[in-house]
Amino acid sequence: MSDDIFQGYKGSALNTLKRFNVRVWGQAEIKTTRGTFQGTVLPRAENDDDQHIVLKIPTGYNIGIDIVTIEQMVETGYQKANYKIPEKAFPYSADKPNVKLFGTGGTIASRLDYRTGAVIPAFSPGELYGAVPELADICNIDTEKLFAVFSENMGPDQYKILAESIGKEIANGTDGIMIGHGTDTLHHTAAALSYMVQDSPIPIILVGSQRSSDRPSSDAALNLIHASYAAGHGDIAETLVCMFGPTSDEYGFLHRGTRVRKMHSSYRSTFRTIGDTPVATVTSSGLNMIKQEYQHRRKDKQVKITPTFNEKVTMMYYYPHMKSEIMEALIDAGYRGIIIIGTGLGHVNRELYPALKRAQEEGVSVFMTLQTLWGYSHMFVYDTGRDMLALGVVPLGNMLPEVAWVKLGWTLGQTEDVEQIKEIMLTPINDDITEREPYNGYLVYQGGVPEVEGFVKNFRK
Amino acid sequence: MKPTEALKNFEATKQDIGYVDRQNATPKDYQRIGFKSGLEVHQQLKTKRKLFCRCPAGVYHSDDDYNAEVIRHMRPTLSELGEYDGTALMEFKTRKEITYRLNNQTACTYEVDDTPPFPIDREALEFALEISLLAKFNIVGEVHITRKQYLDGSIPTGFQRTAILGVEGEIQLSNKKVGLIQLSIEEDSCREISDIGHSRIYKTDRLGMPLIETVTHPDMETPDELAEAAEYIRFLNRSTGKVRTGMGAGREDVNVSCAGGSRVEIKGVAHNKWIPELSHNEAFRQWALLNIRKLIKDRGLKKQTWKMNSQKIDLSHPELLPPLLREKINQGLEVIGINLPNLKGILSHFTQPGHPFAAELIHRLKVIACIERPNMTHSEELEPLLAHQDLKQIAKWLRADEADAQIILWGPPADIPTALETIEERILMAFGGVPEETRKSFADGTTIFERVLPGSDRMYPDTDSAPIPLTVEYIESLGRDLPQDISSRYQQLKDWGVPADTWKYLLSKNMPPLIERICNKFGFPHKLIGSFIGHTFKNIEGQNELHKNFSYEKIYELFRYISEKKLVPGIAKFMMPVIYEFPDMQFSSVLTSIHFKRRNLVEVLTPIEFLLEKFKENTPDPEPDSTINWLMGQVHQQAIGNVRLADLRQQIEQIIKC
Repeated sequence: MSDDIFQGYKGSALNTLKRFNVRVWGQAEIKTTRGTFQGTVLPRAENDDDQHIVLKIPTGYNIGIDIVTIEQMVETGYQKANYKIPEKAFPYSADKPNVKLFGTGGTIASRLDYRTGAVIPAFSPGELYGAVPELADICNIDTEKLFAVFSENMGPDQYKILAESIGKEIANGTDGIMIGHGTDTLHHTAAALSYMVQDSPIPIILVGSQRSSDRPSSDAALNLIHASYAAGHGDIAETLVCMFGPTSDEYGFLHRGTRVRKMHSSYRSTFRTIGDTPVATVTSSGLNMIKQEYQHRRKDKQVKITPTFNEKVTMMYYYPHMKSEIMEALIDAGYRGIIIIGTGLGHVNRELYPALKRAQEEGVSVFMTLQTLWGYSHMFVYDTGRDMLALGVVPLGNMLPEVAWVKLGWTLGQTEDVEQIKEIMLTPINDDITEREPYNGYLVYQGGVPEVEGFVKNFRK
Repeated sequence: MKPTEALKNFEATKQDIGYVDRQNATPKDYQRIGFKSGLEVHQQLKTKRKLFCRCPAGVYHSDDDYNAEVIRHMRPTLSELGEYDGTALMEFKTRKEITYRLNNQTACTYEVDDTPPFPIDREALEFALEISLLAKFNIVGEVHITRKQYLDGSIPTGFQRTAILGVEGEIQLSNKKVGLIQLSIEEDSCREISDIGHSRIYKTDRLGMPLIETVTHPDMETPDELAEAAEYIRFLNRSTGKVRTGMGAGREDVNVSCAGGSRVEIKGVAHNKWIPELSHNEAFRQWALLNIRKLIKDRGLKKQTWKMNSQKIDLSHPELLPPLLREKINQGLEVIGINLPNLKGILSHFTQPGHPFAAELIHRLKVIACIERPNMTHSEELEPLLAHQDLKQIAKWLRADEADAQIILWGPPADIPTALETIEERILMAFGGVPEETRKSFADGTTIFERVLPGSDRMYPDTDSAPIPLTVEYIESLGRDLPQDISSRYQQLKDWGVPADTWKYLLSKNMPPLIERICNKFGFPHKLIGSFIGHTFKNIEGQNELHKNFSYEKIYELFRYISEKKLVPGIAKFMMPVIYEFPDMQFSSVLTSIHFKRRNLVEVLTPIEFLLEKFKENTPDPEPDSTINWLMGQVHQQAIGNVRLADLRQQIEQIIKC
C-alpha cells in the first residue's frame, strides 16, 4: 500500500489504519469500547494529532474516533469523493467587453484542502461560471492562473510577473483586467501594481473575499460581480481594489491602489481608503463616481510597465526607547532603504540618532511614515523632527507605510542614487501622497453617541 | 367543475383512500397505511453564553428593539463530497433579500459572520455530553464541528455549526425500545420577524444559543407511540436540570411516511400534544398522494410526455378578465392561464382535512416563487373566487378539453417564470407519488409546504474550528454523576404509590429528585409529597402568575420548615399558595397570614363537648357520621398544621362514644 491511501494520517493513527487494513475513503465498521461506529474514513488534516481517525457517518456529519478505544475495524467498501465545482463553458457574446482574470490564489475561489483542513484556491473560467453564472451577463471572461498562493506568500517576484502579464494583456487589447487575490496583502500588491503599471488605458481591478466561496454567505460572488463590472465597463483606468463597501450585500467600493488598507481582521467591509474617499461605488448595474478626477479609459494600447524591485528595503515600526542597535543591524544586513513608521507627526527618540547618522553616511535611504495612518508627517513642528531632517530622514507626507515600503523597493530597483531616490519617492504617483486631506477622509466615528447610533441603525454598515 | 362537483369529488376521494379521523383511528388503520415515524427533538441548553461567541444566551428582544441591520443573500455551494444540495438550489431560486436585526446586547460580529467562531462553550459541551450518556449513546472520540447549510437565511453564515457527540443510543418506552440515531450539539437559528415577497427579516437574539438535537430511528408505528417517545426524550433532557424550559426551548421535527410514501419532515412543532394529529394527517396526506399517482397512471399519462400549456391573459382579452383578474393587472401583476391536460379531479382531490391537492401548488408558489397568497385560483375550487362561467371561458380560450383542469395564477412579472416552473414541477412530482419535503405545522393538525428536504449533501467540515478530543477520563468523570433513567423513574413513581395522573407533570418538571430529597431528608412518605406536588402544587402553579423569585427549591424549604417546626404536613396545602405568590415572605409570616395558631391536641379538642351539646340541641335525631362530620368541620380549621386530621377524627369518635 502506498502512503497516499492514508492521506494525512501519521504515527499511531496511521499504524491503526494499517493494522486493520482500512484506507482513507474506505467504508469502515469500527468496534470501540464506546460502541460501534460506521462511516467513511476521511483524510486527516496534517496538523491534527495522531490519536484519532476521522469518519463521515451516514448522516453526513464527521466525527473522530479515539484510537485507544478501537477494538476492531473492518473495511466494507470504498468510495472516493470527487470534489469539483461544476465546470460549464463560459459563454461568449460579441457585444460584451473582454476581461482577463489573473488568478493568484486566496479565498476568492477555493475548495477544501484535506491536507491542512483549510481551504485551497480553485479556479478556472468554467468553475467560475459554474459558481457565479451572473458573470456571463456582464462580460466575457478569460482566466489565467499565474500562481496558487495565499496572500501572505505574494511578494516582489509575483508583483513583477503580474505587471508583465498585465502589459501583455493590454497589448492584446483586452478591455479590463481583474486579479483575484487573497486579502491579507491585497493592498501591498495593489500598491506595487500602481507603480509598476502606469498610464494604463484600461481598469486593473484587484478583488478578493473575506469569506471563502465555500460558504453560502460568501462575499466572493458579489465582489467578483462588482469587479467584473468595473473592469469591463468602468471608466476608471487605474489600479483599484474592489471590495465590499458595507458589511451588507449592497455595493462595492473602488479604492485607489495607493490609498487603500485592510483595516479589520474579519469584516467583509475591511478595505478602507485612508485619508481620502474611495474613487467610486459599484453595483452590478454600474459605477457611481465619488471622486471627479481619475484616469479615463482609453482606446490605445499604451502603458508604462516598470517591473523592478530591490528587496533590500524594510520597514521599522518605532516604539518608545527603541535602541539604535536594531537599525544598525538592518544596515549591517545590507538594507539600502528603511521606512520608519514613527509616532505622532513622524518622530523617533534620540537614541536612534547615531544609527540615523550612520545610515546617512552610508547612503541608506530613510523615509518617515506614520503610525497614526491618517494625517501628514510634520517634522518641522518639534525639535526632534528638525533634528531628524538634519539626519537625512525624509518625511513622506501622508503616504501609507506599506505603500512607502513598496514604492521604495520599486524605486531602489531602478536607481541607487540617493537624490534620485528621494525625488521619485516624493513625486506623487496616483495619489500616494495627496496635496490636501478632505474632511471626509477621516471617518472613524465611535458608537454610543446618539447621532452615530442613529446613523448605524438607519444606514447599513 | 362546478363547486358542488368539486366538493363532491373532495369528499369522494377522502372516502376512496379510507381516511379516518384521528379520534376514530385504530392501530389497524395505521398498519393499513404503513405509518412510520421518527423524531428530531431540539432542546436548548441552560448555559450562560452562546455556543461559539461570548454573547449571553436566553436574552430576547422585541422585533423593533435593534441597533443595526445587515443585509445578506445566500448562494448554494458545494458539499464536501462535491454535490449541490437540492434545498440549496431551491432557496437560491427564491432570490430572497435577508435582513438581520442586531441588538448590541445579544449579538456581536460573530452572529453576522463578520468574525470567525471562538472555541466552543465548554459548559454547553458538558451539558450535552451528559444527556448523550443518559440516552446511552456511543460517544465520539473527537468532536468535529460541521457546517450544515441552511439557505433560508435563518443563519447569516448560510450554515449552522453543528457536531455529533454520540451515535446509536436508545430509550425504553412502555412497550418497546426505540433506537436513537444520533445526538448533536448545534447553534440555534434566528427568529423570523416577517417574510413578504422577496424580503425576509430576522432577529438575532436567539441565534447562536446552544441546542441539542436527538434523532430517533423511524421506529414509531402509531401517533401515540410517537407522542410517548417525544415525551420521554423531553423528560430525559429535563431530568438533568441543565436545559431551558418555556416557549420555544424545546421543539420537535417529526418525520413521517406511509407505505410507498416518502420521508416528510414536519418542522418546529412547539407542543408535544400536537404531534399525534399532525403525524396522522401527514401519513394520510401521503396516502392520498399515492392515490393521485394511481389515478394519473390509470389515465395513461406519462411524466415524459405530459405537458401543461400556459398563456398570458392581458387587457387585449377583456372578455377573459372578470373584476378580480382585472384588478390584479391594474396592480401591475401578470395573469397567466394554465391548462392541465387530463388532470380533471386532481386539484380537488382530498389531501388533508380542508385541503385539496391544489393547496400544494399554492404554498409552493408562495415559498419558491415568493408570490404572496392568494396567488392562484383553479377550476376545482371548493370555495370559488371566479364564477363558473368565467372559468369556462378561460378554459375554452386555452383550448381545454372536458377532461382537463385549469389554473389561473398571478404575480409580479419577474416571478412568473419561476411560478410556472414551480407548478409544472409539482404536478410532475405527483406522477411519482410523494415528494420529500419539509412542512410547516399548524395548530389544527394540518401542514403546508416549507422547503425541499435537504440531504446529507449540505454538510461541510468547519474549517474555522479545530477538532475537540474527548478523553476517556473526561467521559468517565461525566458518567459518574448522571440522573436516573426515565423508564426507571416511571417504575419508581409507581412503587412509591404516587397516583399515575401526576406522573407526566412530575417528570416534565423533573420533580422526582426533589421528592426524593424531601422524603429522604425529612422522612415524609413519597406518596404524600408526590401527590402534593402533582396535584396541589400543579394546581397552584396553573392558576397563578409565576413570581420571578420563586423556584421549586421553595417546596423543599417548605417541607424542611414543616419538619423542623413539627407541623403536620397537611398545612403545606394552605401555605403553598401564599409562598407561590410571595416567595420572599418568611414562613412564620406565611403562617400568620393564613391565621395559624399553634395548638396541641387537647387544645383543639377543648370545645368539642360544648359543640356536641349544641349539635344535639339543633339536630334531634342525627345520623352517626353526620355528628362527626359536623364536629370535624367546626374544629378542622384550628387543627390544620397542628394535628393530623385522621387523628383528630379518631379522638372525636372516642369522645362521642363516651
